[in-house]
Formats: sequence, structure tokens, C-alpha cells
Amino acid sequence: MLRYIAQRILAAIPVMGFVALFVFLLLRLSPGDPAAIIAGDAATPEQLEAIRERLGLNEPIYTQFFDWVSRLLQGDFGTSILSGTPVIDMIMGRLEPTVSLALTTIVLAILIAVPLGVIAAWKHGTLIDRLVMAISVLGFSVPVFVIAYVMIQVFAMNLKWLPVQGFKSIFDGVGPFAERIALPTLTLTLLYIALIARITRTSMLEVMGEDYVRTARAKGLREGRVLMRHALRNCAVPIVTVIGIGFALIISGVVVTESVFNLPGIGRLTVDAVLARDYPVIQAVILLASLVYVVINLLIDIAYVLLDPRIRYA
Amino acid sequence: MTGLADTPASAPPAGPSLASRLRAIFFAGPVTSIATVMLFLIVAMAIFAPLIAPHDPIRLSPATRLKPPSAEFLLGTDAYGRDLLSRVIYGARISLIVGVGAAVFATFIGLVIGLAAGFFRRFDAILMRIVDGLMAIPSILLAIAIVALSGASLWTVLVAITIPEVPRVVRLVRSVVLSAREEPYVEAAISLGSSTPRILVRHLLPNTVPPLIVQGTYICASAILVEAILSFLGAGINPETPTWGNIMAEGRVYFPINPGIILWPGLVLSVAILSINLLGDAVRDALDPRMAKRGIDR
Repeated sequence: MLRYIAQRILAAIPVMGFVALFVFLLLRLSPGDPAAIIAGDAATPEQLEAIRERLGLNEPIYTQFFDWVSRLLQGDFGTSILSGTPVIDMIMGRLEPTVSLALTTIVLAILIAVPLGVIAAWKHGTLIDRLVMAISVLGFSVPVFVIAYVMIQVFAMNLKWLPVQGFKSIFDGVGPFAERIALPTLTLTLLYIALIARITRTSMLEVMGEDYVRTARAKGLREGRVLMRHALRNCAVPIVTVIGIGFALIISGVVVTESVFNLPGIGRLTVDAVLARDYPVIQAVILLASLVYVVINLLIDIAYVLLDPRIRYA
Repeated sequence: MTGLADTPASAPPAGPSLASRLRAIFFAGPVTSIATVMLFLIVAMAIFAPLIAPHDPIRLSPATRLKPPSAEFLLGTDAYGRDLLSRVIYGARISLIVGVGAAVFATFIGLVIGLAAGFFRRFDAILMRIVDGLMAIPSILLAIAIVALSGASLWTVLVAITIPEVPRVVRLVRSVVLSAREEPYVEAAISLGSSTPRILVRHLLPNTVPPLIVQGTYICASAILVEAILSFLGAGINPETPTWGNIMAEGRVYFPINPGIILWPGLVLSVAILSINLLGDAVRDALDPRMAKRGIDR
């Protein structure tokens, strides 16, 4: 067990290494002078030289890379071109709305999607099944920002149930927090529901043809118990896998959702940074998002062993 | 790309004609038929935009700012007095160019790299680490970064959307090649002394075609989506060009006055993506029913 975990962690390190290398090369390989890209159009030659000096652009490229990585490992992600503040502080300041949105989205999606998938598989071929599949196809195809504006139109403008925009910290009271996070969560969760409901249904269908499910039924167990204890339990691995894969979708969705609902999170920070061409910020966001993705998938790899004792030291 | 029919291994026995086989795929059921018709209409809209659009999609006309829908402007006008319907019609062009372009480029590049990775084992180990690294970066963020660095144009947007898709194609091709190279006919070809390029092209490549066609349609749908997101966030093709994402981005401020500026292009965009995804499913079911169960990575 410990050896398996150690192996997974060791395997994740080169992946992050390549992410860092790629993000590094992106700036160096893009057409034009990196210093000019960072400085913007209005930079004087002195400013360019200062940036070159600060980024070490006059050094050989491998020295630049290793210096940069060693600074990253010490938590130094550089400073914003625009505001001059350390990038890591900017990101920390924007963390709360993003984490809140991501967590509420994932929890809501799992609570809705897993039962939907189970019911669809159980009532395979019926109207309910088709309905669940239709929702899942729609969830995949309708872009997050389109869903967002339909939500705003219906719940905020027609029904006037919820405020359109803004964010309140959960520490300022659960009511105002829930009121403002509700629409963004509903918006973002549809895609995730589609993903999880689909895989739950598919794996349930596969499992329900197995002998042990027939045996459970033959024993006269109640249908609910057969579904939950015998069928759904054996679908845990694919469902958990998809929750991990879906995390990449969540990160992309967060950028768009925060922008529509004006949430002051990492997504808004990224979009503002892109419009201002504040490359150190973009770079740091990509690195951290990838790190989160790799760590989540690492945790999921470890969870496999706990969920399915047959998987050992793969 | 080599078509299915060109390969001796999979030459179909004399049977139903190509036209009737295509009809069986694209009109398989009511839902698929609607998707086919919708996509056909959107493609026609893109090609014949100058003939169909009632007004100039770009010229400013301050006198007709933010008009509600009327007989002259069926969907109303935007903040610069331009006809919304005409802009939505022209918007189909960029979306389809980006969708088809990204699908073709990503499939082709991924195919070449994937074939090499599946066949040359030493190359494979390094390459798969790079692929893992690329796949760990969320594709929207990667696309945003590429556009932010190289400036927004149709070309850079296309590159920015294609790059994150390539590793997924590489994985797919590699897995097909890995299982196919164990087949007796490949072993036979190797022992007969066939050259490596010949084995790759004649024996391994044909196996990758059916899954690649399916993956290609999904890439096309996702590329259209990402292009719209980039435009919507202001990181896409220049705002004057009518793209669905650009129209929606401009409509944000005026949403309370005329929600149609966002909802109409949003509707057409959703229908386009939905149709392509549904047709992808239909092609998948027709080419290989087992693939539906395995669940291709989308």
C-alpha cells in the first residue's frame, strides 16, 4: 500500500516537470521578444532591459529554466507586471470564491447525478432513462455561458428570486452566501451532472448483467438493496475516475462562470490578466491549476485501492 | 487520409451502396435525422451568408441602435445598429472554419505522433510523459495563454485550440496501434520482411480510421465551443468580426435591454454543438457498436 502510494507520487513528479517546462517554453518560443510581450506596447528600451535582467533573459536558456523552477519550488511565482504585487498573494486573495464555487458544484452534481444514473440504468429503456440521457447530451452541448444567461433571465430577471451578480463570503453568513452562489453553481453543475450521470448509468448497466446481481435478486433481497449494495458499489471506480477527469472541466467552467456572474475569483483574475497581457499571472494560474489537477488524480489513484481491493500495486 | 475502402483488409463485400450506407448512419432515427438537417442548415448558412443575410453584418448604423425585433430586423439590432440576424448568420463561418480546421489538424498531427509512439517503443516512454504533462493543463487555460502570447487572429486561435486536443488523439491512436501490432497479420507482415513504413501505413493506419472519425467529430464540437468561449472572454478573434462568442460578449452590457443579443447566438451555437455531438454518436454506433460500450474519451 505505502509502496503503491509512493510510486504514484513519484510518477506525478515528472508530469508536473513537463507542465513547468511547457509553460516556460510557451513564453520563450512564442514569436517575438518575451520581454516585449511582457512589457506591452508602450515600453521604453530601458524598461525592456530591466525586464530582461529580472527574468534572466540574458542567461543561457537552461540556466533560466532551472532558476525559475527553483524559485517556483520556494513559492516565488514572480510579480504581476500590472500591479507589481507578488502573484502568489493575488491568487491567495482570489481563492475563496473559486473554491466555494468548485466545491458546491461538485457536491451538488454528485448528489443529483449518481441517483439519476442509477435510476436510468434501473429503468433502462424507459422514458425516464431517455430523459436522463437527453439531459446528459444537453449538458455536454450547451455552453456554460449560454446556460448562465438563461439562468439569469429566468431566476433573476423574470422570477426575481436571486441576485444577478456578486459574491459574499460564507463567513459573512450562510444566507447571503447561498443566495449569491446558487446561480453560478446551478449553471456550472449541469455539465458535471451530465458527465457523472452518463458514466453511472453505463457502468450500472454493465454491472447489473453480472452473476452476483442475479444471485442477490434470487436471494430475494429488496431491489433497493441490490442496487445500492451490490450494483452501485461496484461502479465506484469508474464514477470516481470521471469525477477526477471532470475536474479539468470544472476549472475551465469556473473561468467562464466567474466572468458572467462577476465573482472575484481566480477565473476573473485570469481573464483580467489575459486582457492586460499580465503573463506572470497567467503562468502561475496555469501551473497551479495543473498542480491541483495532478494532485486530485493522484488522490483518485490512491482511492482506487481503497475502493477496490483487487487493485494492488499496479 | 486513406479512406476505409482503399484498404484491402477492410474492403467491404459487394453490398449496399455508399449512399445508402451513409443514409443509414445520418438518418438512423428521428433525433439523428434532426441533427443532420440542423447541421446541414448551419453549413448552408455559413456558405451562402452573403446571399441570405438581409443586412451588412459589420457596417455601423447609429440610427438603428438597439432596436427591438421588427419586420426589417427580425431579431432586432445590437448596440452599433447592426442587424443581429445577419451577424448570427455570418458568425457560422468562423465557428465552422475553426471546428473543422481544429479537427483536421489535431487528428492529423495526433495520428502521426501516435503511430510513431505505438510502434517505436523507445520514443514512446518519453512521449507519453509529455502527453501526460500537456493533458494536465486545462485546455481553456492553455488556449488562453497561447492567444495572449501570440496575439489574437483566426490563425493563432486555431493553433491555440488545436494544441490541447492533440495529446488526446495521440493516446487514442497509440492504444489502437498497441493492440493491433499484436495481431497475427502484423506479425506475418514483419516476418515477411515488410518495411516499417509499409506496416505502419498498410496494416496499422486503417485500424485507427474508425475511432479517429468519431474522435474528429467530438474535437470539432469542442473546438467550436472553445472558440466561442475565447471570443466571449475577449481573448478571441478581433471583436469586429462577427463570431457567435463576440456577438454574445457585446451583448453582455445590454442583456437587460435586449436579451436576444446573447440568447440567439447562444441558441444557434448550442444547436450546432449538439448536432455535431449527436452525429458523432451516430457515426460511432454505425462504425463499431462495441465502441459505444467502451466509451471513447470525449
